[in-house]
Amino acid sequence: MPVSHVPPAVRRGVRDATPVAVGIIPFGLVTGVASVEAGLSPVQAVGLSFLAFAGASQLAVVDLLGRNAALAVVVLTGVVINLRMLMFSASIAPYFRAFGARWKTLSSYLLTDQAYALAVSWYREEDPDPTARFRYFVAAGGSLWVVWQASLVVGVFAGANVPASWGLEFAVPLVFLGLLVPAVSNRPTLAAAVVGGGVAVAGDVVAVGGGTGLPYNLSLIVGAVAGVLAGVVVSAAGDGDEGNAGSPEEAEH
Amino acid sequence: MPTDYGPVAVWGVAVVVGLITFAVRGSFVYLFGRVETVPPRVTRALRFVPPAVFAALVVPSLVVVDGSADLVPVAVSASEGLSVTVGNERLLAGLVAAGAAWVTEDVFATIAAGMLTLWLLRFVV
Repeated sequence: MPVSHVPPAVRRGVRDATPVAVGIIPFGLVTGVASVEAGLSPVQAVGLSFLAFAGASQLAVVDLLGRNAALAVVVLTGVVINLRMLMFSASIAPYFRAFGARWKTLSSYLLTDQAYALAVSWYREEDPDPTARFRYFVAAGGSLWVVWQASLVVGVFAGANVPASWGLEFAVPLVFLGLLVPAVSNRPTLAAAVVGGGVAVAGDVVAVGGGTGLPYNLSLIVGAVAGVLAGVVVSAAGDGDEGNAGSPEEAEH
Repeated sequence: MPTDYGPVAVWGVAVVVGLITFAVRGSFVYLFGRVETVPPRVTRALRFVPPAVFAALVVPSLVVVDGSADLVPVAVSASEGLSVTVGNERLLAGLVAAGAAWVTEDVFATIAAGMLTLWLLRFVV
């Protein structure tokens, strides 16, 4: 089919998603490498990626599986990282209201931070009808999906051939660092990060019972909960600058 | 370090995380009309999930070495002339990567800065 026969909303969606898709390639590669290093088979790595389709969550899940964390900690961490998508879901829901059940299902599956951001800005700009909205969303979200899965597969097969001395597993915390730094945008988010990181370290090194550190990688969950509480407390105490923490939901409601 | 979990556990985790993640994504898309907004208190708390969780994942992996905290990226000693030695190489590489993340806000630049620093410390210094 010649390009001119492709609906404009689809072309626009693919075009808008392209630079973003290029940006997720290294993230996908690292997640693929980390998956095999954690001992997942290629099929398991791709299966997790198809089921979850959420980079940070997948990376945390394979990292924790590789550390033999308790399964409850693995699942809880993988899910908690994705809770932010509640806000995207709420914000984009009015635009999807007229969709049928199948369109809603596919759109929900493809809902990521990036697809959300691209779609909502285009919807506001052009005020398209529901069909165009769906086409754009599937085109943009689907492009991201294809690039994500492809780069993950490359990582899965490349990861098996990289010498251990390169320390490629170090890329995992680096990805989280690359997500953490932009998430810290004001005092309450800084408090959440400092307390979350500090408590997690304390949980890992403080002697508990006979051994060192909390069992089952529980320090991660304890640190995360403490961090969220610290953020809430600091934002309640300071108010003022809590409004620009990088969340998109307020523009809509 | 490969996992000790077998295929049933791995697939179980994948399916449960996948289903709950789908439910989170679809939540308001399906419920719209009945529930339209996230309560403000929940929104406020959710905003702190990314910094708290990512920090809880990152900081121990940079700082905890063999079960204890190593907070010295660079050791400076002045006993016999001034000497500077690398302490915790992961922490040092992580700090460089954090700087790159701060300046570029780009995951690729962050990975590149951190890995290059680690390789420099490991293979050159």
